[in-house]
Amino acid sequence: MSYAMDMQNYTTQSETATSEPKIMARDVNVFYGPSQALKSIQLDIGANEVTSLIGPSGCGKSTFLRCLNRMNDVIENCTVEGRISLDGVDLYNSGLDPVLLRARVGMVFQKPNPFPKSIFDNIAYGPRLHGTVSNKDELDERVEKSLRRAGLWDEVKDRLDKPGTGLSGGQQQRLCIARAIAINPEVILMDEPCSALDPIATAKIEELIDELRERFTIVIVTHSMQQAARVSQKTAFFHLGELVEVGETDRLFTSPQDDRTQGYITGRFG
Amino acid sequence: MEQLALFFALLFLTVLGFILGKGRAVALSGHSDQPLHSRLPYYGLYTALWCGLPSLIIMAGWMIFEPQIAEMLVASQLRDSNASITPDQLSLYINDVVNLASGGILSREPDAALLSAADNYSLFRQISYFAMAVVAIAFSLLALFTSLKKINPALRARNQVEKVVSIIMMISSLIAILTTVGIVFSLIFETLRFFDKVPFFDFLFGTHWSPQTALRSDQVGGSGSFGAIPLFAGTMLITFICMVVAIPVGLLSAIYMSEYAGKKFRAFAKPVLEVLAGIPTVVYGFFAALTVAPFFRESGTLLGLSVSSESALAAGMVMGIMIIPFISSLSDDVMNSVPQSLRDASYAMGATKSETITKVIIPAALPGIVGAVLLAMSRAIGETMIVVMAAGLAANLTANPLEAVTTVTVQIVTLLVGDQEFDSAKTLAAFALGLLLFVVTLVMNVVALRVVRKYREKYD
Repeated sequence: MSYAMDMQNYTTQSETATSEPKIMARDVNVFYGPSQALKSIQLDIGANEVTSLIGPSGCGKSTFLRCLNRMNDVIENCTVEGRISLDGVDLYNSGLDPVLLRARVGMVFQKPNPFPKSIFDNIAYGPRLHGTVSNKDELDERVEKSLRRAGLWDEVKDRLDKPGTGLSGGQQQRLCIARAIAINPEVILMDEPCSALDPIATAKIEELIDELRERFTIVIVTHSMQQAARVSQKTAFFHLGELVEVGETDRLFTSPQDDRTQGYITGRFG
Repeated sequence: MEQLALFFALLFLTVLGFILGKGRAVALSGHSDQPLHSRLPYYGLYTALWCGLPSLIIMAGWMIFEPQIAEMLVASQLRDSNASITPDQLSLYINDVVNLASGGILSREPDAALLSAADNYSLFRQISYFAMAVVAIAFSLLALFTSLKKINPALRARNQVEKVVSIIMMISSLIAILTTVGIVFSLIFETLRFFDKVPFFDFLFGTHWSPQTALRSDQVGGSGSFGAIPLFAGTMLITFICMVVAIPVGLLSAIYMSEYAGKKFRAFAKPVLEVLAGIPTVVYGFFAALTVAPFFRESGTLLGLSVSSESALAAGMVMGIMIIPFISSLSDDVMNSVPQSLRDASYAMGATKSETITKVIIPAALPGIVGAVLLAMSRAIGETMIVVMAAGLAANLTANPLEAVTTVTVQIVTLLVGDQEFDSAKTLAAFALGLLLFVVTLVMNVVALRVVRKYREKYD
């Protein structure tokens, strides 16, 4: 019975735009040179919820994530077709400057990549860049707020002038999250943010993701199905460049509709 | 010639040692039930090293000390026959004996005593050569047999061979260090002699450079004044002009090549730029003297400026062009090695390409860039040829780049060209200048390294 209900949810969400999803992707095809990495993806991402993208390696989930803030632009001979919109504005065809887009859509990477600068300067990088703070006090305040939201403030408040690269792996990743939220983005993209971390650091980040959901729309790529189940409200399963199935996380893991989803989550491949 | 034959004999024994040693190990591995400790070639190397190295060391030691022993023998014979001989006469006589024995030119007509001394000398040399050959080959053969005998499965041949190899590597690195130390000391001793003749502070703070001194007492000549300030001022002026040209051009081209240029352009431009570094400095020199300097002089006249036909500007500019590839190529490499993840992080924060370059890539690459600039700078300070040809020899104390200046290196060249006597202040001044130049570049490098270490942004 619940299966049918979810089924209904699923269809309404993907076919009607009335519920105003934060991000809409329609017929998205991505090519790296001649090879096609994503095939006609249709996906809605709701505001203030965590959407996780799962699937075996090379299935295109990271590629899709990088389409959402146009980070694929940096890669040579990568072409994106179709329509992706943020709050109804087309990301690719409306003359939107990718630089402005990335100020609204932050990103956290697989490997923690703090700048080789002090902890303070790492967080202050975005606000300084975009001129969103007018004086030193505001900047201090912004740095503290971002670090507090990332749950890192108490650990680093006494050594803000020390290099960010001197922190532990988990702290570095939270520093990167703090850096991303310091520019007040609307959406945060996370590309396997815990894959380089130990279980305790992972638990902290997952907790953090859950808190951040109140303010931000979060899309997370993960290899760990447990992680997807723990942190996300919606899950999308990618396989060989196709979006196989998307739905409420609980529903997708308990009663997948597609055989491939079933196979992946029960560990038959991937 | 004879030494060469001996050397080849030892080489042959060494190769033989390798083959026999390895052969014995092969035989052992076939028969013995105990597995060999090391892999087969190590047993060959073990034998070969024993055959070759000690004999070579004996040979080298013999060749260093034997001539001295032979000369001492001649000297003692001479002192026996003529007790009143002075050390100077003695050394001249020995020289003649050695020259006669080897068929060289003598300083006197050979007499009977000289001839017999020369005969004795060459006889001794011959005997000693045969003795050396016998000892070296005997030792080599002995080592061959004992080390072959020692080969058994428990022998740790690899450890021993590796130990010897590591010692050889250590000696190689010592050679470079000892050479540096030796050069510095020779500079120091000659410089101390110079300061016996010229007061230290006159040299360091004097503003007049005119090194011509009278060689003989009856000669008319300058009394000589050795103020190094004009030379260092000239060096600094030319280096400054050079860096003003090279740093911006080099850095901008490095940024373009590493961040903006396409792969194809980079693959083409980088080697071409490096060709600039391969042009001999003499060629740059006459380019500066024959093309650039006249051009500056003529454009100067058009503008109503008097530009000397040998000017600091021409030399500095051409030197700057020469230095560009040092800065651009090295900086390009360090900027390229800044991890992509840092660029991604910056782009993902909404930074533009130029913001990413100025705020992330250049700070991260700064130690390398400073290193490149330093390397270029010491190249510029030490550069001689361009300056000799294009900047002139006049030791003017001036900050005007349109005048002729001279540099430390140019003066060292002119001081040491031609006939010299090594107790005149003029010649010794070259060593003092060399030492001072060495100290200046050393201090510069140390300071810059400290600065870099302090401000470097580490990434992993």
